[in-house]
Amino acid sequence: MPLKHVIRSAVGRKLFMAATGIILFGFVVAHLLGNLSIYLGPEGINAYARQLHQLGPILWIFRLGLIGAAALHVLFGITLTLESRRARPVAYIRKKHLRSTLAGRTMIYSGLILATFIVFHLLHFTFRAIGPQIEMLDGGVVNVYRMIVDSFRQVGYALAYVVAMVVLFFHISHGFASLFQTMGMNNEVTLPWMGRMSRIIAVILAAGYVSIPALIFLGLVIK
Amino acid sequence: MDLTLHVWRQKGPKDKGRLTTYKATDISSDMSFLEMLDVVNEGLIKQGIEPIAFDHDCREGICGTCSQVINGDPHGPQARTTVCQLHMRQFKDGDEIYIEPWRSRAFPVIRDLVVDRSAMDRLMQAGGFVSVKTGGVPDANTILIPKDDAETAMDAAECIGCGACVAACPNGSAMLFVASKVGQLAKLPQGRAEAARRVCTMTDAMLEEGFGNCSNHYDCEAACPKGISVKFIAQLNREYFMALPKGHKEKN
Amino acid sequence: MILDGKCPSGPLANKWDTHRQTLKLVTPANKRKFKIIVVGTGLAGASAAATLGELGYRVEAFCYQDSPRRAHSIAAQGGINAAKNYPNDGDSIYRLFYDTIKGGDFRAREANVYRLAQISNAIIDQCVAQGVPFARDYAGYLENRSFGGAQVSRTFFARGQTGQQLLLGAYQALSCQIAAGSVKAFPRTEMLDLVLVDGQARGITVRDLTTGEIRCHAADAVILATGGYVNVFNLSTNAMGCSVTAAWRAHKKGALFANPCYTQIHPTCIPVSGDHQSKLTLMSESLRNDGRIWVPKKSGDTRLPQDIPETERDYYLERKYPSFGNLAPRDIASRAAKEVCDAGYGVGPGGRGVYLDFGDSIERLGEDAIRARYGNLFEMYERITDENAYRQPMRIYPAPHYSMGGLWVDYNLQSNVDGLFVLGEANFSDHGANRLGASALMQGLADGYFVIPYTIADYLARTTPGTIEDTHEAFRQSRQQVAQQTDRLLSINGRKTASEFHRELGDIMWEQVGMARSATRLTEALKRIPELRDEFWQNVRIPGSAQQLNQELEKAGRIADFLEFGELLARDALNREESCGGHFRVEHQTPDGEALRNDADFAYVAAWQYKGADQTPVLHKEPLTFENIELAVRSYK
Repeated sequence: MPLKHVIRSAVGRKLFMAATGIILFGFVVAHLLGNLSIYLGPEGINAYARQLHQLGPILWIFRLGLIGAAALHVLFGITLTLESRRARPVAYIRKKHLRSTLAGRTMIYSGLILATFIVFHLLHFTFRAIGPQIEMLDGGVVNVYRMIVDSFRQVGYALAYVVAMVVLFFHISHGFASLFQTMGMNNEVTLPWMGRMSRIIAVILAAGYVSIPALIFLGLVIK
Repeated sequence: MDLTLHVWRQKGPKDKGRLTTYKATDISSDMSFLEMLDVVNEGLIKQGIEPIAFDHDCREGICGTCSQVINGDPHGPQARTTVCQLHMRQFKDGDEIYIEPWRSRAFPVIRDLVVDRSAMDRLMQAGGFVSVKTGGVPDANTILIPKDDAETAMDAAECIGCGACVAACPNGSAMLFVASKVGQLAKLPQGRAEAARRVCTMTDAMLEEGFGNCSNHYDCEAACPKGISVKFIAQLNREYFMALPKGHKEKN
Repeated sequence: MILDGKCPSGPLANKWDTHRQTLKLVTPANKRKFKIIVVGTGLAGASAAATLGELGYRVEAFCYQDSPRRAHSIAAQGGINAAKNYPNDGDSIYRLFYDTIKGGDFRAREANVYRLAQISNAIIDQCVAQGVPFARDYAGYLENRSFGGAQVSRTFFARGQTGQQLLLGAYQALSCQIAAGSVKAFPRTEMLDLVLVDGQARGITVRDLTTGEIRCHAADAVILATGGYVNVFNLSTNAMGCSVTAAWRAHKKGALFANPCYTQIHPTCIPVSGDHQSKLTLMSESLRNDGRIWVPKKSGDTRLPQDIPETERDYYLERKYPSFGNLAPRDIASRAAKEVCDAGYGVGPGGRGVYLDFGDSIERLGEDAIRARYGNLFEMYERITDENAYRQPMRIYPAPHYSMGGLWVDYNLQSNVDGLFVLGEANFSDHGANRLGASALMQGLADGYFVIPYTIADYLARTTPGTIEDTHEAFRQSRQQVAQQTDRLLSINGRKTASEFHRELGDIMWEQVGMARSATRLTEALKRIPELRDEFWQNVRIPGSAQQLNQELEKAGRIADFLEFGELLARDALNREESCGGHFRVEHQTPDGEALRNDADFAYVAAWQYKGADQTPVLHKEPLTFENIELAVRSYK
């Protein structure tokens, strides 16, 4: 089928949403695993950062792939949402939500917040355009450990990251189950526990991410 | 029992509508919801007020004509029940009941609670059939269909085309309606020949008719008076995915 | 006038085949020049419109519902008969034919019924090819179940929604043709007049129910597939919109109305619960496969059914009809229920009900097996009555369900008006005085898929296409007449609602012209119906205007026709001095209360000709000749 048909079709774009969703979800998992190396102390996360940089061009391929996926995810998310908004020009005076969740209905908002957060996050840790003074280690590499700890000691940064990760929880709690449905990988056996599993995974991911700024801010575990 | 009704009144497609409040008195709990409205309407006619227009026909839950959102719930509070089969014992004395029409760009209001659902007919015309002509078909028992497949196809085929899925969906999507037909025919050998084409043309038509798309909220399944499962939406997506490598022709 | 059904001669089994060889054809290139109007989109209408569209005719399909898919065929629950003999239990085309004609109490045309039985098998093939999900066994083959009036299992079914699935199959075929452009659909459009030009049906006048516009459609032939008229009883199992209007307006233009007194009262419906009741709900006849019907032996017994011991129960159908038992045909089961209730043994409010008990079957097969077979019906029962039929017996009572009578048609399904064809329940042709369960679906689809495509060609081949436009004077007059009636209804501005008149008419019809008819009661009805009709035209109140969606106006128009038609029904019942099938005259019964037919004087179709408002209609007879079967006393004992 020609690509333009797939892109014009809502179901086709939903498939793209699911496929890019898988990529982004994979990134979220991998990124968390990397971040957790902070629990091994300065050596842990700094070694991780060094390893990552040594990947060189491969890292850029990954980065470009991620940016592409994220861009498609946002673009199609916006067009699909706008189409759906147009589908109900007159709102109900009374409306019950029979099965849908707040997380599901606010995907566009959680998505846009996360997109904004990603820009902020890149400015903060990747381009280091904002945030506290950076400490350089020998060999011209950034002391990632210090950069993180110094940032999250400040209430503003800690809070921003915690809030963003709560939003991530919302987005994944609907998105994870949703991508299985959209990819057609769902039936009467999987349907009943898909939603629950999705929420559990979202909680684990969000808790993992939140633990870092929260513990740093509270001065526990990571000093 | 006595009830207070807040009913959407709208003279015509281009008029502005609003909620109007009526009292329904001496309602028996054995009445169906529509019989309660009959009683209210008889009262209105006697007062020289135009009765509330609402769609209904078979009044036994199968034709799919009745279509009211009752207190924000398409077909009202009882699960797997059309408005005509909803009985007043589901309500209690003194209740306030909000009655609104199906709300969707694809379903313009004709009058009061009556909406135009011809868009759903057009979805069916886009491919919701097996293009077999009358005559010249083989003996019925030459097409073997495993019992489980026949049952699953029947689960999907129970759709009465009322549009409650669209009314309930936060996106105004007709996905469950389309999926029930795509799912039924894809399960049967007779429908396989056109399966790839059908899923494309029907979902394209859904977009053209102004329905929203599915973002997996499942309000449709909860509102469906026949309890059609959203697993058929997954099946539709699967059928679409499998259709990707095939040629796609425009609707003829 | 002696009517001729134009049945072909020759051996019964060859009649249809031979006849088809003699029918003229229309070549493919010429077909598109002919326009055919189909009114009604139920099984008969949708299948006819789709098939004629496939053949290449230009078809216009009309229905009053908001979509063709909602026609009331959709509510048929139990199944569809066919003589496939898949279960190897002795069925054959002849046996289906014989059961049907016997079930109809020998008041149907032999040739038509035999053709129906012959075509029945092709219907199943066609529906399966369309994707109708009939019940299957584990090997993947089609399943059958038994039904009333037959000792073989020949009924194909799709859960309790066979009518729905068959109609959706036809609707899908119709949708395919609409997409292809060969059929144009006009939903929310009600036929209000038949237009004749030089004695030929040339079009119809309709009201667009959304805008109120009254307009005409011209065509080369008109097919009515507009269903039955039992809403004349007000409370029935028909949909609220079912009416006699299309058939009646055609009747007023000259089409003969045949056997209007043959109405079927279905034995298993949920009893009336109060004055508010707007319709009655059928519980499929298939329930009688596993349910046993009984009443307490003691009159006025107020004990709960579970407290009544086995010895104090009267399983009256099993007692009276040991060989068919609970599967006795509908007319017999209904009348038996009325008899026991009239004698004071009835149960439930007002003593108008009998028990349909699944206790034995649940014990024998388990609740799950019963749930698998009838779960949806039990659910429906509970929703309406708030009673759990797994725990206590259902209460059932007969209700008007189907009309065997209808517009008179010949073997080609053409009425006496040239170019007017009538299919399905709207005609009178195949069920005689009583219809067996699962035969209505069979007839509707037989007429639409496999009969009309052949016979209409024969008519069209004799005409020149497109000679009449809707600008013809006859159309102008028709439009004017319809507009006048609408304006007249709206201008009365009386004090009673249309529904009140319908209830009053229903009371008269049910009490005087219902299950047990007598000369006295019928005469009484013939006096009271015209009085009520006069009152209607002086005192009905219809709010709103004609240029809008006006459901009260629609309703009033239909009730106005029922108020005329009810009189014809009563007149026909009074004329038929015998008891047969659904028509039971108390004066004509055997000593043990069974229907007593009078073959010497009444083996004919009574076809009535309209002679003007308040004029007595003229009776024409079509003698029924039976070349192949012996007229027998219909016994199910």
